[in-house]
Amino acid sequence: MNVLISLAAVVVLFLVGLLGGLPVLDIVFGILLPYAALAVFLGGLVYRVLGYARVPVPFRITTTCGQEKSLPWIRQAKLDNPSSIWGVIGRMALEVLCFRSLLRNTRTRLLEGGRLAYATSLTLWLAAMAFHWSMLVILIRHLRLFTQPVPGAVQWLQDVDGFLEVGVPVIYLSTLVFLVALAYLFLRRAVNPQLRYISLLDDYLLLFLLLGIGLSGFSLRHLIKTDIVAVKELTLGLATFRGVSLATLGTISPLFFGHLFLVCALLAYFPFSKLVHMIGIFLSPTRNLANNNRMVRHVNPWDYPVKVHTYEEYEDELREKMKAAGIPVEKE
Amino acid sequence: MNDRPTIIGGLVIALVALTFPIWYSVGAGRPGPPPELELPADESQCVEDAASMRANHMDLLDRWRDAVVREGRRTYRSTNLGEVEMSLTKTCLGCHRNRETFCLRCHEYANVGGEGPAGGVRCWACHLEPEGN
Repeated sequence: MNVLISLAAVVVLFLVGLLGGLPVLDIVFGILLPYAALAVFLGGLVYRVLGYARVPVPFRITTTCGQEKSLPWIRQAKLDNPSSIWGVIGRMALEVLCFRSLLRNTRTRLLEGGRLAYATSLTLWLAAMAFHWSMLVILIRHLRLFTQPVPGAVQWLQDVDGFLEVGVPVIYLSTLVFLVALAYLFLRRAVNPQLRYISLLDDYLLLFLLLGIGLSGFSLRHLIKTDIVAVKELTLGLATFRGVSLATLGTISPLFFGHLFLVCALLAYFPFSKLVHMIGIFLSPTRNLANNNRMVRHVNPWDYPVKVHTYEEYEDELREKMKAAGIPVEKE
Repeated sequence: MNDRPTIIGGLVIALVALTFPIWYSVGAGRPGPPPELELPADESQCVEDAASMRANHMDLLDRWRDAVVREGRRTYRSTNLGEVEMSLTKTCLGCHRNRETFCLRCHEYANVGGEGPAGGVRCWACHLEPEGN
């Protein structure tokens, strides 16, 4: 049911976006909505991060994997359980760039005779790597529409990405990897009963939204083409705040507006969804705090001065009575 | 204690990275106007409508290439000009004589005209550049 609702939602969003092909509405879908979506995206991210920044840093979590720094003859797991800032940067980089924690994914199976077996499962890691990296490549490739002159790095990436030279225009590898990885990530949720049970509407919605963006982008480049120069006039006009002439806007195909509207929807929804992990990953306490509890004194940020009654004060107060009762005192 | 300074620093870096197209265009100077093409003086119509050519000329050229090189067919029934010969040099370049002021203006603007493999204008790897450049 969740699958159908989110699929329907994305299809409706796409169809609404197609309305951008009509006059007047193209101003709304081509200029106003992209700016609004970008404002919500950036503003929402800033809001979320400022929220995180207000939270006091928790006590260093010592129970991350690996041996912590201890006696000199015990080897420390420097990347899993770092005690220095460089170790933390290494652990963070491996997590952000290589998704190291997904390597711990396991699958369980009941063998004959009722034995339960666990095995490493790398498919989720592989699909996540494929999806995220191809998405980064695709985002950087899109800079050719938002910059003038186009940076050389973008050109280089385009050449490497399209090195198979299949088709006119050349099919990019990252496009195919992106779509296949997303399809796997969806099927994984849809086929596995346990995963389907814990999947929410939001999980499917984001997958379908990204798939919709990928498929409409692929169609724009390879199947139902539009005038790319007019598109660049629009996108460059958006990036430089110069606008675009209405005549140009009118020549862009509805499919482009469908693609753009899905992107706008994703941007606007981004700060309110689980996609904030893009920034939140940097704030994971088990990844970004060095385990230096035994070297540095950490004071609880919300400690208040506790009223204490020391033994000396206790004895001062009751010395006479203690003496009378024959209890030994430290000070006569 | 909290990590506010570090977090705000990271946020600033993230915002700068995400708004790259905006400040890049400020830094690189305002981009020029979209390209204007030098249209042939003696012809007013291409083989297909201008709008369709703008979006789909690469498909047309690709189909022509396959038809001529692989199937040996040389005539193309066009919408606007009747039967024309499928030839880049004779038909296309017969009107659009200068690639610098026609092909490459748009290709450079949309960054599909690089010399690398993904660059769109690989026509000249085989075809001779017409005289008159």
